[in-house]
Amino acid sequence: MKISKEDVLNTAELARLEFDDETLSKFTRQLGDILVHIDELAELDTKDVEPTSHVLELSTPFRKDEVNQLITTEDALSNAPGKENDFFTVPKVIEDQD
Amino acid sequence: MSIPRTIKEAAALIERREASPVELAELFLERISSEDGKINSYITVWEEAALEAARKAEKQISEGNYLGPLHGVPIALKDIFVTKDSRTTCGSKMLRDFVPPYNSTVAEKLMASGSVVLGKNNMDEFAMGSSNETSYFGPVKNPWDTDRVPGGSSGGSAAATAANLCVASVGTDTGGSIRQPGSLCGVVGMKPTYGRVSRYGMIAFASSLDQAGPLAKTVEDAAIILSSIAGHDPMDSTSVNLPAADYASALSADVKGLRVGIPKEYFISGMDPEVEKSVRKAIAELETLGAEIVEISLPHSRYAVSTYYIIAPSEASSNLARYDGVRYTYRCENPETLRDLFFRSRSEGFGDEVKRRIMLGTYALSTGYYDAYYLKAQKVRTLIIKDFENAWEKVDVIASATSPETAFRIGEKTEDPLKMYLSDILTIPCNIAGLPGISVPCGFSSEKLPIGLQIMGKPFDEQTVLNVAYAYEQSTKWYEKEVAPPG
Repeated sequence: MKISKEDVLNTAELARLEFDDETLSKFTRQLGDILVHIDELAELDTKDVEPTSHVLELSTPFRKDEVNQLITTEDALSNAPGKENDFFTVPKVIEDQD
Repeated sequence: MSIPRTIKEAAALIERREASPVELAELFLERISSEDGKINSYITVWEEAALEAARKAEKQISEGNYLGPLHGVPIALKDIFVTKDSRTTCGSKMLRDFVPPYNSTVAEKLMASGSVVLGKNNMDEFAMGSSNETSYFGPVKNPWDTDRVPGGSSGGSAAATAANLCVASVGTDTGGSIRQPGSLCGVVGMKPTYGRVSRYGMIAFASSLDQAGPLAKTVEDAAIILSSIAGHDPMDSTSVNLPAADYASALSADVKGLRVGIPKEYFISGMDPEVEKSVRKAIAELETLGAEIVEISLPHSRYAVSTYYIIAPSEASSNLARYDGVRYTYRCENPETLRDLFFRSRSEGFGDEVKRRIMLGTYALSTGYYDAYYLKAQKVRTLIIKDFENAWEKVDVIASATSPETAFRIGEKTEDPLKMYLSDILTIPCNIAGLPGISVPCGFSSEKLPIGLQIMGKPFDEQTVLNVAYAYEQSTKWYEKEVAPPG
């Protein structure tokens, strides 16, 4: 089905993305075209069909509970755009109290 | 010394002491430096690391410690496999400065086999694309005609292999990303069964569909690489615990009595008539070689693209949530708040195609649409798998074209994403069902553009798929007749 500009804006909010007006119009049109095509799936009767999330029969493998350091804290922080001591840094989340 | 084109040729030169690993690495690094400007198939070239690996291989071999057919052979890796201490971008601005602190299992295994990695190949951003035009590092060009795309998303791997800027490469395939560029560049490209190769350290796009595999000039080379990267990995719980075979040693060109299914739905309307002609001729060749040709039906094939464009973007929207500007990615300048940091880092760091897919997936998974889209697509996925299961009762492999067309022009489809998505119409079903599939060159169009034959097989029956491709290749030898000029 066609998607409205409002739907695109709501979805962008969920996806943590923002668009200028031109891109918003372009995406509304392109996503609409794709979703109209995908609507062909509604032709199929799938009432009694089990969904497949994965092609393999998966089970959770267990291993021994042994400490095994694969990367160090230093490694883990090596690509951080903002860091201080052993932490990632981000803009202040809690407001100052006056 | 002539420049080796295959793993077999390179290994023979090394074995006869006609070329050392260091000489081969130097030769290929020089080729990349003088020729890659024409096709842009590498994002990062490992000048020093390649020579260091070559020196190590040379020393091991001279000490009588020969590791096998990849030892000292110059290959490349798609820039989706994380490599320790070497930038891994996934074709994105988001990861342009990412230097991983560990190796992917595929990289680790290739290095352990003694191969010499020349560098990291260009690719569509986060492997999302069928033309290599979505890369932050610029489009890759098809070496057969530089006005045309190499296919995608492993376009850099395919183009570099075709132009002999590496002997072979390893790519990834989520909806055709190894086979389609293989077809468009005239090289062999194989997607193994889902679970055959570890996905550890392979940057995730759609986790239930992604699989790594080789791009090479010959089927035998593809088999050598597959043997080297296949196998269970405790770091990936979806890698299966089956012994990995020595596919190259077990290769057989005998296809007598083998049943080859031809799905009538795969000869779609709008297919390039020259592609259809070449593929029909290839099927006739298999019949001449003794295979039995059986017409089959895979009735839900026509729904595969729609199913894929719900499932893959849904998984992608979840996988790409980790790129938040906090831990190891691009961060916008001077974020005012945490919200501002998330929104601007993601909006500036991702390109349009990646954003389109994140949006599509987020929408399909959102409240009110989940049943109509995501659950529906998962049910159709079951129907597509059942089609194949029915087919395996009648046939041993399935043959078709890999791509309904030859390489298209750069820019031809960029404004119409749906048209671009339909390029993968013949390769997507294989991923949805988790099956092994290969593309092997089967001729050229009147414009001298390569055409590919696709062979699909039963789960974990890579050997039969390789054998059929090998039988066809050995009786036609397209790889000997034509060599892609490097742009």
